This record gives sequence, structure tokens and C-alpha cells, in this order.
Amino acid sequence: MTDFPSSAAGTELETARSGELRRVAIDPLSRVEGHGKVTLLLDDEGRVQQARLHIVEFRGFEKFIQGRPYWEVPVMVQRLCGICPVSHHLAAAKACDMIVGATTLTPAAEKLRRLMHYGQILQSHALHFFHLSSPDLLFGFDSDAGRRNIVGLAAAHPELARRGVLLRKVGQEVIRMTSGKRVHGTGAIPGGVNRNLSAVERQELRGMLPDAIRWSREAVQLVRELFEQNLPLYREFATFEANTLSLVRADGAMDLYHGDLRARDATGGMLLDGADYAEYWEHILEEVKPWSYMKFPFLRRIGPEHGWYRVGPLSRVTSCDFIPTPLAEFERRAFVEFDDGCAAHATLGFHWARMIEMLHAAEVIAELVEDDDVSGTELVVRGTRAQRGVGVIEAPRGTLIHHYRVDENDMVVRANLIVSTTHNNQSMNIAIREVARRYLDGRTLTEGLLNHIEVAVRAFDPCLSCATHALGQMPLAIELLAADGSLVDRLLRH
Amino acid sequence: MIRAPVLVLAVGNPSRGDDALGPLLAERLEQAALGGVEVLVDFQLQVEHALDLEGRATVIFVDAGTGIAPPYSWLEIQPVEDYTHTSHALSPGAVLATCLRCSGHPLPAARVLCVRGDSFELGAPLSAAANRHLELAWPALREACVTAAAGGR
Repeated sequence: MTDFPSSAAGTELETARSGELRRVAIDPLSRVEGHGKVTLLLDDEGRVQQARLHIVEFRGFEKFIQGRPYWEVPVMVQRLCGICPVSHHLAAAKACDMIVGATTLTPAAEKLRRLMHYGQILQSHALHFFHLSSPDLLFGFDSDAGRRNIVGLAAAHPELARRGVLLRKVGQEVIRMTSGKRVHGTGAIPGGVNRNLSAVERQELRGMLPDAIRWSREAVQLVRELFEQNLPLYREFATFEANTLSLVRADGAMDLYHGDLRARDATGGMLLDGADYAEYWEHILEEVKPWSYMKFPFLRRIGPEHGWYRVGPLSRVTSCDFIPTPLAEFERRAFVEFDDGCAAHATLGFHWARMIEMLHAAEVIAELVEDDDVSGTELVVRGTRAQRGVGVIEAPRGTLIHHYRVDENDMVVRANLIVSTTHNNQSMNIAIREVARRYLDGRTLTEGLLNHIEVAVRAFDPCLSCATHALGQMPLAIELLAADGSLVDRLLRH
Repeated sequence: MIRAPVLVLAVGNPSRGDDALGPLLAERLEQAALGGVEVLVDFQLQVEHALDLEGRATVIFVDAGTGIAPPYSWLEIQPVEDYTHTSHALSPGAVLATCLRCSGHPLPAARVLCVRGDSFELGAPLSAAANRHLELAWPALREACVTAAAGGR
């Protein structure tokens, strides 16, 4: 059986030769989530030929995991990322389920994990929309950067900012109750979970959910109104055609915790369906390029040049056949029908899709809180021990794959992680390229260009990883380099 | 619910070298179990931490940092509208500003204990220098907490 496939040869997707190109470097996005840098490669006519988003912090993930006993891994992997530790926790736990032979979890364990996961979706999407993206969308991409933040939002739209904080708090309370702690929780273990929800905890959550659902519905409407008010911009900004990839339930429903792999082409045609993620390498390969630490995943049957794809809310909402909660399904239908489907292909459609998922998450949490299984006491199962485990989950930013091989002493000897931001690698490069082609003016880097690139990248909500955030290391800079490497222009934000 | 008047909010990733300084100091503080002092630890500061500030007299942020003289510095902070919109994390000043804007409560007295760190690689242990800084910062943090809990600053 094939396992831990080697990466494909480093075929360049772009045709231009680097020797003929000038480079524009935007560096770094932020130390907080890793060193991010954007390089724009220009051809002789000054046209943007390529965009390259460099993210270095994903190196070392596998090494960090190797050599540890598998049962420690669901806890340890939370330290890979301070932004979505719960997603790593659950993906690792699912991989470890396979290792301990837990082919089917108890209803209590499955539902408690789902509750934890949808809590993570709720809090992550709330943070992204209310505090990272809505300032861009409400104030305009070219507005003062000092205003386009949570504090500026709170000054201009205090109720919106407050809702964002409180929605995030609801999600975090779900995580705290299901994982045992606000951070570094231990709720999911190989074969199940180690705690259930008490009646008091369920009652506490029950009281929070009506507001969470109402505010989520209103957030969906807000994004729709933004599309309606700025249709030409929203339809065209950083828009490009892409394949999609996500998990879906066996009946085609959206399922962010578990399912089979489905891929569609840009027209919605099915490229892959019902594929067992336990052998994901039969369907997905990763390409290596000399200029990036990040790999470039692609659909095996199509190849690296055209087989790249997009993951995350936009792909999930457009790829599933339906959403299995009523309010979110109503909004999904409105989304895909809007302006002949323009939002479903627009990069800014991510925001709309993300809010539909947030509404879905709030509905799922409300359903699960009323389900007595979450107070069940059968929490762990075991089966025939295996030496390989694969766990896949739809994290807030997209498909997350954890793959481990363990030895007879229970130590992890190999690991492969494909995180959401890696899946979106090529899509983000193309989104940046499209923005740069439109907004780069000659050889001068402008705040306007930086703003627009940030807006495009932010739509994907990339996790530039790492959870380290030492004070004093948060610059944002753009550099324009000539073909000979000399500095033409530089723009720096502290 | 009555909240402890003093909140120590320590941030950092225990598995990223010197970024563990904040969590390690928080661990010592929890073991010391000082009256009137609550300790919270997180990977990084976020908007919901603004809610943790409500009803406090004093908040002390504890974090590893670069660009300061070793072994540590006390930094006075005010609510600030900064540029952290490019990130999933907030600065301490932005957390104060968020609290001010969103909660309507009076802000607690706030300052940052910034302990000098240099190495932040995934899987790396605390560096020898950071270990020394930790030992020097601990009594200062403890004393500050005791003073604040007694009603001083």
C-alpha cells in the first residue's frame, strides 16, 4: 500500500523565466503568525507575471511530532498553532482513533467532538469577520489603516464590534466545556473523549444561543448588503476560476467534522466524490517548489498545472448539496443564486460563505446542546491496533489533514500534515496576482496596493501559523526590487 | 460573580523556545496562589480578553519580547489604536482599547511585564539567557501582584 507519498517534481506553473523578471517583495505580513512575504515578479513590460506568497513557519511541524508517543499527539499539536489549536487537536484525535482501532465512536464521543469543533468554527469565523475583515469592508479598502481594525470598528459600529466579541465568547465557552480548559484542552483522546457535558453546562450554553443565532443571521444579511451595494467591485475583486475541495457527508450534506472528499471544477462538475480520506494520497499530491517552504497540493488525476484547488468556506458552501440546518440552508440557496452565482466564484464571496457557516455552526451547537447524548457516559472505544492513522477535518480555514505512522513502541515515526493554508497556497498566489495586475502602478509601491493585497489575502483567512508573538516584532513592509536585486522602493508599517 | 481584583494575563506558546516565558511565569504564580490574583494563560491576546478585564482593579500582561534591555522591563500602557488588524492577535494596548469601546466599564490600571527573549523556534527549549531572565523576573512579578492585591499599584 502506498503511504507517505513523495512530492511531485517541482514543475513551475508559470511560464516566465525568472531571469527576465523584476521582483517586488512585500515582507513580512506579521511575525505573529509567521514570516509572510509577498514577491511580485514583473516581466519586461512591467506586467505582473507571478505572485508568490512566502510562508516559512510551517517547516518543522512534522519534526515536532515525530518521536512522541501517539497518545500525547492530540494535546501537543495544539501548540502548532495558536489560532486554531482545536482543529489540530481534533484532526490528531481522529488519526489516533484509527491507530487504536476505534472505527466508530460512541454517540456521546462523536457529538461532544462535534460540539467542540463547531464551537471552534463559531469563534474563529466571528473573529475573522467582525474584527479582521469587516473594517475593510465597511470603511473601504483605501481607508486609513489606523481605522481598519477592531478599535476603529468599535468606534464607528460599537454594536457590531460587541457582537463579534460576544459571539467569539460563546464559541470559546463551548470549547472550554468540551475540552476542559479554555486553552490547551484535553477533551479528545484516542478512541473518544474524556469528559461529557453536565446539565448545568448545557443550561448555560442554552442561554447564549438565541442571540448567537440571531446575530449570525444578521451578519449574513450584512455581507449580502455589502455585495448588493458594491456589486461590480465585489464581483471582480481578485476573482478567478478554481477547483474546490472539501469533505462532505455521504448524502452530500455539509459536514465540517467528518465525511468523504469531494472535488469540483470551476463549473461545478464533479472531479472526485465519495473518496475515503484515509487514503488521501490516492487523490492529492504535493508539489515542491524551490522558492517556498510551503508545498503546493493538487488533484492527482488532473496534475499540478491545472489540479490546484481552493478550500475553506467558499468551497464548502458551493460544493455541498445542502446544509443540514434550516436557516443556513436558506442562506446557502440565496448565496448560490445571487446574481447568477457571481458570489460563489468571487474571492470576497469567502466572507458571505463564512457567515453562512457561522450561522450553521450556531444552529448545530443549539441542536447538540438539546441532545442528551452529550451527557452520555460511554466515552471511549478501542479496537484492533494499527500502525497508521489519518485524520481529516474541515477546519475554519479549510481541509486539515493529519497523517501519522507509529512503531511497535507507540512512537510516531513519521508524520505528514497538510494544513488549510497550504491547500490554498496556489489560490492565494493567483488572487494576489490578480490584484497586483490591477493595482500596481509602474515601479512605485503604494499603500493602496498593500491594502488591496491584504484584503485579498485576508479573504482566505490564512493561518500564517505558529502562535509565537513576541512583543515588538510586528512590522509590515513592502519592497520593490529591480531585476538586479537593487531596492527601488520600500514601504514599511509598524 | 466577584472577580479577583488583579488579573495576570500571560501569553506565549510553551513549545516555541523563549515564547514560553509568559506561561512559565504564570505557572509559578498559580502555584503561589496569591489572594486576590487570578491568572490566565493564552497563546496570544485576542478580542475576548477585553471581557476578562472587566471589573478588575489591575491587569498585568506578561509576555516575552525583543527590543528591550535584558532581563525584563515594565512597560506602562494605554489604550491604543494600532495596526494589528493584519493579524489574528492584538497588542496589550489594543485589548485595553477594545475593552474601553466594547464594555463601557472603567479600565483597570494596566502594565506589561516584558521579559527578554531571543529564540522562538518550534520545539526549541527555553534558552539559557531566557532562563536567567525568568529567575530575575519572577520576584518582581510576585511583588507587583502582592502590592496590587493589597490595593497599591
